[in-house]
Amino acid sequence: MPDLLIELFSEEIPARMQAKAAADLKKMMTDGLVDAGLTYAGAGAFSTPRRLALSVEGLTAESPDTREERKGPKVGAPDQAIEGFCRGAGVSRDSLEARDTGKGKVYFAIIERPGRKASDIIAEVLESTIRNFPWPKSMRWGSGTLKWVRPLHSIICILSDEAGAQVVPFTVEGITSGDTTKGHRFMGPDAFSVTSFEDYEAKLKRAKVILSADERADLIWSEASNQAFAAGLELVEDKGLLAEVAGLVEWPVVLMGTIADDFLTLPPEVLTASMKEHQKFFSVRDKSGQVVRFVTVANRETSDQGATILAGNQKVLFARLSDAKFFWENDLRIAKAGGQEWLDALGNVTFHNKLGTVAELVDRMAALSREIAPLVGADPDEADKAARFAKADLSSEMVYEFPDLQGLMGRYYAKEAGMSDAVAAAAQDHYSPLGPSDDVPSAPVSVAVALAEKIDKLTGFWAIDEKPTGSKDPFALRRAALGVIRLVLENGLTLKLSNVNIDDHLLSFFHDRLKVYLKDEGVSHDVIDASLAMPGNDDLLLLVNRAKALAAFLQTDDGENLIQGFKRANNILSQAEDKDGVEYSYGADIKFAETDAEKALFAALDAADAKIAPAMAAEDFAAAMSAMADLRSPIDAFFETVQINADSEVLRRNRLNLLHRIRTICLSVADLRKLEG
Amino acid sequence: MADTPRSFQEIILRLQAYWADHGCAIMQPYDMEVGAGTFHPATTLRSLGNVPWAAAYVQPSRRPTDGRYGENPNRLQHYYQYQVLIKPSPPDLQELYLGSLRAIGVDMDLHDIRFVEDDWESPTLGAWGLGWEVWCDGMEVSQFTYFQQVGGHDCHPVSGELTYGLERLAMYILGVDHVMDMPYNDPDAPIPLTYGDVFLQNEQEYSRFNFDIADTDILLKHFEDAEKECAAILSHDHIDPKTGHKIVMAQPAYDQAIKASHLFNLLDARGVISVTERQAYIGRVRTLSKLCADAFVQTAAGGAI
Repeated sequence: MPDLLIELFSEEIPARMQAKAAADLKKMMTDGLVDAGLTYAGAGAFSTPRRLALSVEGLTAESPDTREERKGPKVGAPDQAIEGFCRGAGVSRDSLEARDTGKGKVYFAIIERPGRKASDIIAEVLESTIRNFPWPKSMRWGSGTLKWVRPLHSIICILSDEAGAQVVPFTVEGITSGDTTKGHRFMGPDAFSVTSFEDYEAKLKRAKVILSADERADLIWSEASNQAFAAGLELVEDKGLLAEVAGLVEWPVVLMGTIADDFLTLPPEVLTASMKEHQKFFSVRDKSGQVVRFVTVANRETSDQGATILAGNQKVLFARLSDAKFFWENDLRIAKAGGQEWLDALGNVTFHNKLGTVAELVDRMAALSREIAPLVGADPDEADKAARFAKADLSSEMVYEFPDLQGLMGRYYAKEAGMSDAVAAAAQDHYSPLGPSDDVPSAPVSVAVALAEKIDKLTGFWAIDEKPTGSKDPFALRRAALGVIRLVLENGLTLKLSNVNIDDHLLSFFHDRLKVYLKDEGVSHDVIDASLAMPGNDDLLLLVNRAKALAAFLQTDDGENLIQGFKRANNILSQAEDKDGVEYSYGADIKFAETDAEKALFAALDAADAKIAPAMAAEDFAAAMSAMADLRSPIDAFFETVQINADSEVLRRNRLNLLHRIRTICLSVADLRKLEG
Repeated sequence: MADTPRSFQEIILRLQAYWADHGCAIMQPYDMEVGAGTFHPATTLRSLGNVPWAAAYVQPSRRPTDGRYGENPNRLQHYYQYQVLIKPSPPDLQELYLGSLRAIGVDMDLHDIRFVEDDWESPTLGAWGLGWEVWCDGMEVSQFTYFQQVGGHDCHPVSGELTYGLERLAMYILGVDHVMDMPYNDPDAPIPLTYGDVFLQNEQEYSRFNFDIADTDILLKHFEDAEKECAAILSHDHIDPKTGHKIVMAQPAYDQAIKASHLFNLLDARGVISVTERQAYIGRVRTLSKLCADAFVQTAAGGAI
């Protein structure tokens, strides 16, 4: 069985797109081949900056013949219907067979498709793959109309078996498939032909191209680690950067360079950001954690062992770090003076054209932080101060240059401005949590400012009617709401959202986010609904405690049965109330109790009342639910032995009033009517 | 091995010779203040329509906000770009480009040249393209772009554009750390001049003017005048009543768009444009660019028959 080799050779493919492109090539080709009736034993896809490659092993040489019978119209059906059927099936009318199906004679078409050669199928599928390739961004070039990520230059498409290799011939936009490619742009520029995947990979290596991105990444990592280790240092791990760098080179050569002592006073995060973002350098640190060297990965070997390349890179880094140091020193001057200049500058920065400037935002955050502070155990003055400094670094030169360092620089500058550790920490942490897996701040001042920042954002954008719709959430309001939820719950805060300017509409947005959050925690939506329907649902902690207690209760045998008992009581009562047009809330009287079961239920309800009311007052939902669980057997026994609709109207009414007590007690814990099943 | 040039101007002269050898019309700088070589009509307008084109030129470029009074080693409010535009983009444009680096003394056997993704977009020109920034040993030495859209028009055929930041590239090749120390003419010339001899005073004067002196009321008025004039020029009938010929005045109108763009840059440097207003100004310049592009494609050079 033949093997297939494909290579699409182009100008440099963006590093971030290569891995997915290789996977897409594999999927589109193998899906297409299989859909056309071929099978294969295995497939592997590869990418370098200039090529995507696919190897398919053990491909069948042709697709099998197929025979399909298709049932058509009845014999004697209108000509039009019969002609239409023939067209659809692709057969001539005289080839139709009339068969007796037991319900009259019906035409059948026999559609026979001869098998096709693998090469015909490959040519077709590959052309369609190229024309429909899902690049995140693609372009045209020259006078052509084909779109590819960058100009496509050549295509290898060969089938090889023991007899040798054969080009699968086809042409797309003037590019004819062949069996030749080129190696490294500078170290192996001559064209060569290949006969199989093994031959291709080996010849590429000879022409200074490592085909596999994983192999390049491994090589970079081990070589860089070794060089760092030999110098008594440690390479700082960065998987994203490693993958990116492996996509920028076909022949990685690792070079380690030094960072001039002048720059070692810069915060390590600044060094790393500067080196990584602009230069794609890895950081190398000493035992104390100080970043002291860098690793750059060149794309070639040179006669001077990379000396010129390293010197050039070092020079570029020197210029970059000179800039960073210039920013840092300018910033320090302003920070040490208290940072007022930055705060003033925030008055010229628009937060949102309907929500004023960042300075106005800061004023609102400060007022709200002060308000929230006592609720989270923070000092109001500290919270106010922290909120006022939280956005100062947005005016700094460093953050202008490296936006990702916002917050972190705020922390450094707050310390320089002589602020307390708590205020400095809040400058960094008030953005958190950003994502669902991000750490949640726990220091009280940070929590106060983090809550204030998010609540102000939500109430502000709500007020100007910029709410998220469908998949659109340009201001990340869902993330902000989830941030509030996580801050409250993970810090165990009692915070009534209605006390911090959150209206009912926004509250229901919070509830929606909470449902998503709790669903991830394994709490089902009806349990959440049962808890949401209770008073105090603007207190998220209370709400979640109730829901979790209820969820746990429902896991128990008593819980599950009690719910059934409650539902039965509630149904009977509701029907009777509907029918009679009254509410049976007069209170049942034990003197009309006839049976033991009835008397026992009175006693059990009294006992439950005595436990549930104080438990609820103490917000001890588990205790309340456990007291409710005690009702299970008395309720079951009651329904087993007592006829509600007694002949005596007095007894009937008393029993309905008794059911009402069950309902009242149960509903005081959660709205059990919302539960499903 | 290519020999190393000795001065800033030698690098420019070698680029001119190289691209002339490779068939480009060597043009002169456009005689207006622009932010980048792309603004030259030889690029913006000529990338529109289907008429083949190949041009190369030096373009003095002004970025008022980058002024540093001549103190920063490589930031300038006035600098030179070398610009190449070829339509349709030839299949060997990357090789041609690498040849130009060899011509100015970059030894490919010792240096690490890389094409790193960098998509280009000009919000004021309503233009975008895909390509790379070209790195030499980790330093960006050029922009390489395949134009996809200009002035809101799809580019058919596609132009290939190369932009070299001349000062930075030359500093690297000549091994100079501060731009003002770079030899402008040959260091052994009877009167050797450095870049600083030629431009330091300019940088100081313009930095002060751009940041503190330029009269913002006048700038605003000029901006509005240019905007009005651009639209007014294009509102005239395509048939010139005097000659009876069809004369679409795309380029005179485009001059006004260029003016508006530079005035906006000056206003920006003066710090009088807020973040929200910024978008609005950019949108106004883009509208002008699009009007000019619409007009140009109705001319002979723009491919209209």
